[in-house]
Amino acid sequence: MQPLRLTAFSLVTSLGLGVDATLDALRAGRSGLVPRGFDAGLATFVGEVPTPEPLAPALADFDCRNNRIAALALQDDAFAEAVAAAREHYGASRIGIFLGTSTSGIEQTEQAYRRRDPWTGKLPTDYHYAETHNTFSLAALTARLFRLAGPAVVVSAACATTAKALGNATRMIAAGLCDAAIVGGADSLCATTIYGFRSLGLTSEGPCRPFDAARDGLSLGEAAGFALLEKSEGRGGRDDILLLGIGESNDAYHMSTPDPQGSGARLAMERALASAGLAASDIDYINLHGTATRVGDAAEDIAVTAVFGPQTPCSSTKGHTGHTLGAAGIVETIISSLAIRHDLMPGSPCTRSLDPCLRSRYLLENRSARVARVMSNSFGFGGSNCSLILGRVAP
Amino acid sequence: MKVFVEGIGVWAAGLEGWASSREVLAGMRPYVPAPLTVPPSPLLPPNERRRTVATVRLALKVGAEAFANAGRDPSATATVFTSSGGDGETLHGILESLSTAELDVSPTRFHNSVHNAPAGYWTIATRSREPSTSLCAFDASFSAGLLDAAAQAVFDHCAVALIAYDLPYPEPLHSARAIGSTFGVAFVLTPEPTRASFARLTLALGRGFTAPTSLADAALETLRQGNPAARSLPLLQALARGSEAEIALDHVNGNTIAISIAPPPW
Repeated sequence: MQPLRLTAFSLVTSLGLGVDATLDALRAGRSGLVPRGFDAGLATFVGEVPTPEPLAPALADFDCRNNRIAALALQDDAFAEAVAAAREHYGASRIGIFLGTSTSGIEQTEQAYRRRDPWTGKLPTDYHYAETHNTFSLAALTARLFRLAGPAVVVSAACATTAKALGNATRMIAAGLCDAAIVGGADSLCATTIYGFRSLGLTSEGPCRPFDAARDGLSLGEAAGFALLEKSEGRGGRDDILLLGIGESNDAYHMSTPDPQGSGARLAMERALASAGLAASDIDYINLHGTATRVGDAAEDIAVTAVFGPQTPCSSTKGHTGHTLGAAGIVETIISSLAIRHDLMPGSPCTRSLDPCLRSRYLLENRSARVARVMSNSFGFGGSNCSLILGRVAP
Repeated sequence: MKVFVEGIGVWAAGLEGWASSREVLAGMRPYVPAPLTVPPSPLLPPNERRRTVATVRLALKVGAEAFANAGRDPSATATVFTSSGGDGETLHGILESLSTAELDVSPTRFHNSVHNAPAGYWTIATRSREPSTSLCAFDASFSAGLLDAAAQAVFDHCAVALIAYDLPYPEPLHSARAIGSTFGVAFVLTPEPTRASFARLTLALGRGFTAPTSLADAALETLRQGNPAARSLPLLQALARGSEAEIALDHVNGNTIAISIAPPPW
């Protein structure tokens, strides 16, 4: 593919508000996971964003936890300024919106169901489906906030969602339907995922420990992340990150269990390398999907070592942020971009002793080394896989 | 952007399959909606067939028909799924459970609740490892899916199937999001003409220069307005008539998608 520039980023996770807060936490090896008790005897660790403020009155219909977290990230000063400059340069109808979320504002519907009219069973009149629950609400809110008028769509392909949204944006820019795009998305904690993952036995009681011998499941997190993606020619600075390649595939195996041989994951990584015109040896660091489930980490390890051998440094940053589901792709795209900008390969704060059955060169501690190109992996339910390759402008 | 249509599948009240729908949409037979059922897909093994939810059944039904009409192997073809929402019965079941003290979500319901459940079942049933995505743009979900499928066909130079579906939600969700009826539609698109191609589509994004095309038949127009996937009806009608046509579909943010339809020779 023709490389594209990522020219601005914005990020909100349990590590803090803003890209710098995440960078500080990565440098300090700090985890954002905290213990939380939920009803029905569920004790687990989560990566929570501190209580986000309600949206402004003009946006009241959009008000829900997911859109509040999204708005926190979208209204980050530097990001909003970058989007305004891009709008000035390209025109409002030439900037597309390609976002992702898995559960959107479903938490609003959960609350509305608890407030149903006891006689009629109807949902309360202050409940707004289109602006909260529907996944497209995220794109509608973004278009409203930035006064954009280009094509827009929201991807919802489970935990590969916001990585795949970069693919949608890339195709639309290649097809000439827009010159730049807002990419990214948000997912937020809700009872549906908290109790849904528990029902599958995939949630750890402690903080998640990717690639640990004693790993026993994931920790849920919430996050919003956005990036401005632009055509490579013209505008841009030396600090920009290049999107070099994208590979998408499916396991075609099972709805909620990854292929234990990692065949689909391997195919996504190989396709990303082919799309970037790179060899495995060109990749300096791999940001793994690594959710800390027994089967998922083992399958990814098989796939990574099949493509890269056991030498390429890699880690999962889920121990910092928790698994932010649909947002994981953009969160880790931004973390991978920080790795490149600051020559920082992040360690894995909650992982203690590596699983001896896994062969990847998994980093427990931060490593300071030249990082020119990173692969970022995102895999999800339904067997949906996406690998991205990011690099620096000036090699 | 130019793409070629190899095969179509459709399933809605009074539009049960492309062969008979074609006659109705071309005006050769009147449109008579009749009660609709969505049969389980023969693509799935018998034990899976019983467990599949309505959105999955509908998506697999129209997808299988489009591939059969195209004479193309689904295992080697990328897919774009698009719908305004996930499976209504599944969602309602989860929300009901979560509104009680049990807070019990069934694992099967949970995996069926994800927006990409039809894509997951499709790729498992067809053994396809080709890229697949699942999209939403509320009422404009069909045109958003069509844009992405066409861009993927052209950009990746491969065949892409577009599968669009939406079903009514049960109450109380229906009162908050009214989807009038069930509608599923699928297209197999290619970047170059093949022996199976019967129409060329030229797509352009336009800012309000045309109003979305509506349908002269009142019942079909009600169907079009009531279901996001049925926003494809002007395109289906033009393809059923088989002559040159210009139509526009509603998109988002004040845009429309203008489509020129041309039969062979190209």
